[in-house]
Amino acid sequence: MHKGFQRGKERVIEGALFLCALLSIFTTVGIIAVLIFETADFFGEVSIFEFLTDTEWTPLFANKHFGIMPLFAGTFLTTFIAMLVALPVGLVSAIYLSEYATPRVRNVIKPMLEVLAGIPTVVYGFFALLFVTPLLQSLIPSLSGFNALSPGIVMGIMIIPIISSLSEDAMHSVPMSLREGALALGSTKLQTSIKVIFPAALSGISASCIIGISRAVGETMIVAIAAGLQPRLTLNPLVPIETVTAYIVQVSLGDTPWGTIEYKTIFAVGMSLFVVTFMLNLVSFWLKKRFWQAYE
Amino acid sequence: MKTAFKIKDVNGYYGESHALKDVNFEIGAKTVTAIIGPSGCGKSTFIRCLNRMNDLVPSFRLTGEMLHNGTDIYQKGRDIIEIRRKIGMVFQKPNPFPKSIYENVAYGLRIHGIKNKSTLDDVVEKSLKKAALWKDVKDRLKESALMLSGGQQQRLCIARAIATEPEVILFDEPCSALDPISTSKIEDLFSELKNEYTVIIVTHSMQQAARVSDFTGFFMMGELIEFDETKKIFTTPSNKLTEDYITGRFG
Repeated sequence: MHKGFQRGKERVIEGALFLCALLSIFTTVGIIAVLIFETADFFGEVSIFEFLTDTEWTPLFANKHFGIMPLFAGTFLTTFIAMLVALPVGLVSAIYLSEYATPRVRNVIKPMLEVLAGIPTVVYGFFALLFVTPLLQSLIPSLSGFNALSPGIVMGIMIIPIISSLSEDAMHSVPMSLREGALALGSTKLQTSIKVIFPAALSGISASCIIGISRAVGETMIVAIAAGLQPRLTLNPLVPIETVTAYIVQVSLGDTPWGTIEYKTIFAVGMSLFVVTFMLNLVSFWLKKRFWQAYE
Repeated sequence: MKTAFKIKDVNGYYGESHALKDVNFEIGAKTVTAIIGPSGCGKSTFIRCLNRMNDLVPSFRLTGEMLHNGTDIYQKGRDIIEIRRKIGMVFQKPNPFPKSIYENVAYGLRIHGIKNKSTLDDVVEKSLKKAALWKDVKDRLKESALMLSGGQQQRLCIARAIATEPEVILFDEPCSALDPISTSKIEDLFSELKNEYTVIIVTHSMQQAARVSDFTGFFMMGELIEFDETKKIFTTPSNKLTEDYITGRFG
């Protein structure tokens, strides 16, 4: 009798846990379903060909063009600038933290770097607009008030801890025996770090870079605040642009009526963004798996 | 016989713990010397002092003198890189780099600035031949070293150590992670290696010490209990402790 009660209780708990797990799966499936449904609706009115090849994006104007390229150009530009900042700084700090820093220094610096990741992105956005842009303007007078350069740099600063922390984890988990092997052959510390440990951790490091890129591609607040909201097919970092994410914010916040073509654009744009970040995540997942296989 | 190492009044400490106690002896050049003793006796600590690998342990401290070719390894201002180039090491677990077989052997030369392709090719071939691995791998030098078996990986590590032309090669329990066949292949190497190099082996296997070495040192609790010709140690040891250990009364 008592045992039966116990077993029944276990089953209820198991069921409840299963439902919780199911809930998050349903949510994901729901989001994807809505995206696909609305996107299909959008492509009923606008051809995919136009969407992918038109060089202008003006769905909010009377003369409507639906070319996604200017938005992705903006995303590409800010992401590229961000990685230009985050990659070198992040990787050098990872090498320092993993190979040079004493455990005490690492235990202080690593959490401090991770605080950078905890700053709300809206703060970064205002930092870019009100501090970095004026600073850059004093160096480059032709820089517009809104531009890709300043939010790109600030986004790079935001991504440094992602890259340094994950790359440091990857380098730190390279077995000590490889370090000893390299040193015993007469390597300097720098040669050991760069020629043995860095390559040995390469797939983990690449995974961290891709997570960084995917973070930059998906970043919204900084670019919405500081890059301007002007879709423009350009690689010039000095003029206002608009990224994929910033466009979605612009339309979601505006008074675009439900069901109109303007409204539907955000689903098509959101779907495109989802496909890109999803692929980046797949690549990083695959790289990580390969890295762990090498040491098991 | 030329002396390779002269160990004078060496004491080693990890923090408070006294790991090597007043060690004094000499190691002859171009001989095979085995260091035996029960676990925790200081034999690994000792061998890792000879190429200053213990510098990696922050709490480690050493007093006394360790002379190699007459100069103290621990002398202030000695170039550690130079010491480690002259005194190579093979570790307990094979530790090939995650690079190709060729690049593993060429690594030591590359970091010392040698880029010439034909020089590298020559040295890689010569070193792999000396490590009795050339026949196994000559057609797949570009493959990852991690594809090799444990025994092959260990012979690759020996080839890697030979490639930088050291005078001494230290082996820290080189066969403890290997199967008996791989072990016997590596043991066969020692008698050839001693024609060119001074070989020092730490081993937990007394049979191995008896088979491969010319001289044997027996460590216990951080002290060198006895050092003599291997034949003598295993037939007529002069210390009671040595006798008890080799006859298997403890350890």
